[in-house]
Amino acid sequence: MSPEAAPVAARLEEIPANLVTKCPSCNTMLVTKDWLRDLKTCARCSHHFRLGARERIAILTENFEEWDAELAPHDPLQFPDYLPKRSAAQIKTGAKDSMLSGAATLDGRPIAIAASDFGFMGGSMGSVFGEKITRLFERALDEKRPVLTATSTGGARMQEGLMSLMQMAKTSAAVGRLREEKLPFISILTDPSMAGVQASFASLGDVLVAEPGAMIGFTGARVIEQNLRIKLPKDFQSAEFQMAHGQIDMIVPRAKLKESLAQLLSLLLD
Amino acid sequence: MLSRWLHLEQPIVELEEKIDELKRFAASENLDFSAKINRLEEHKCDVMRRIFADLSPWDRVQMARHPKRPYSLDYIGALCSDWVELHGDRAFGDDGAIVAGFARLNGRSVAVIGNQKGRDTKERQIRNFGQPSPEGLRKAGRVMEMAARFGRPIISLVDTPGAACSPAAEERGISEAIAHSQMLMSRLKVPIIVVIIGEGCSGGAIATALGDRVLMLEHAYYSVISPEACASILFRDPAKAPETSQQLKITADDALRLGVIEEIIPEPLGGAHRDLKAMSVALGAAIEKHVSALETLSPEELLEGRYQRFRKLGDLDDPQATTAHLNGAPV
Ligand SMILES: [Zn+2]
Repeated sequence: MSPEAAPVAARLEEIPANLVTKCPSCNTMLVTKDWLRDLKTCARCSHHFRLGARERIAILTENFEEWDAELAPHDPLQFPDYLPKRSAAQIKTGAKDSMLSGAATLDGRPIAIAASDFGFMGGSMGSVFGEKITRLFERALDEKRPVLTATSTGGARMQEGLMSLMQMAKTSAAVGRLREEKLPFISILTDPSMAGVQASFASLGDVLVAEPGAMIGFTGARVIEQNLRIKLPKDFQSAEFQMAHGQIDMIVPRAKLKESLAQLLSLLLD
Repeated sequence: MLSRWLHLEQPIVELEEKIDELKRFAASENLDFSAKINRLEEHKCDVMRRIFADLSPWDRVQMARHPKRPYSLDYIGALCSDWVELHGDRAFGDDGAIVAGFARLNGRSVAVIGNQKGRDTKERQIRNFGQPSPEGLRKAGRVMEMAARFGRPIISLVDTPGAACSPAAEERGISEAIAHSQMLMSRLKVPIIVVIIGEGCSGGAIATALGDRVLMLEHAYYSVISPEACASILFRDPAKAPETSQQLKITADDALRLGVIEEIIPEPLGGAHRDLKAMSVALGAAIEKHVSALETLSPEELLEGRYQRFRKLGDLDDPQATTAHLNGAPV
């Protein structure tokens, strides 16, 4: 297992006191131990670093028990360079694909949770990702669990072609089924939440909660700039931008995220 | 001025010009060249058959984007009577890139939604090159919900290079509009027939492509991303698009093999634009066949079937299952 895969808290003890981590946003040198205690946010500018899928689930829940860990990707198109790229990602993250899902409790309440790992091919959605998300919603419906998903993704996985595109339909339809029951689905949008994933289940949460500064959108800013030959403001598609345009419900700093989610679930269910 | 014909059509167009010239000359001089003209016509058919028997995926992308290719409103005009177009999403505006309304098809009242492209510069702007905006998808959703309420089957014609790409589309929630449209279509209790008539590209296409049956015209393409965008992201070179279009497996044959579509509707020799009437007859017959079959199902069977249709799509290794999955079928 890579260091990325270990929960933040468990690593605190092992970190030497003199180790520092540089904030890419304000260039402050942060004491790594403090930075980990702050859940990988910058104490100076509050920049939220990206979390791996396991870390994400670890900071939000207890008693995580993984589902569908055995599902492994294929190469439906025999797409050039897909296998070596994917193998490298598997070695780097210790995971078979970019999606981690399972059962957990949040403040004692049983939930179903999933998180995508940006470190695995940009957190892209291929067949395994789509299948795990679909099973998550289906099993949550069976076991009457509220659903939380935390996305960090560039979108659909091009290397799986049409099979990836179909995951958008499949996961959106799965949310449709969940909505027949009184089971909340909270979608947590972390940096970045884009394209094919944002244009499917991730936008369909009953509540959309974003982390500060997360980039959220469909077409990336650079592509829009190139196509229209325009210059976009730096905050274009930031969580704050999407909030101002009525596209998300709330922006919650990482330290308060768990508390907010518990509060929302309680308001909807208790 | 943009050439109205594709490079691959040049030999055909040259022969046609020759035939026309001969006909004009024969008429003006009152001579009989019919034997020679017949030979040339036969030769032209041979040339067309040869060219169209061997189209590359990139050729098909060009065919799907052909400036003369029939668009949604052309098919609606040729196939339907009593077309009444409805407008606006009741929240922001009316998107020219999507048409939606009701019409009669083979005597049956249906809802039709379709991506719409423009023919000339002005219309292309109004239609935004067939790239739907949030308000267009929300208009389509409104009309589809109405169709479900009145028990009318839905025909969705897909022909888009992708969803609208602009700050305005992002500000009004293009992601949510695409997502919501798919979820909505998965829950409507009337038959939904989707036909990819030209370009079926990316999120803009899947937004209105969740149906009980998905059909494709022979020279249409269906892809998660445009070959150009894929080439520039993966190979940092949009000029590699012809190669990428091969690798992405985007032709109707590929989509059928992957289990993503039910049927390929053959096009007239030379493509849909050479014979709109014949193309419309074939399209109408295919739609009729599938709507009739679906109309025998109960609403519950319909929804379950549609859910499972997409549910099984995916290619992965599931050791828990007794056999490996390829699109849900044992391999
Ligand atoms: Zn900082």
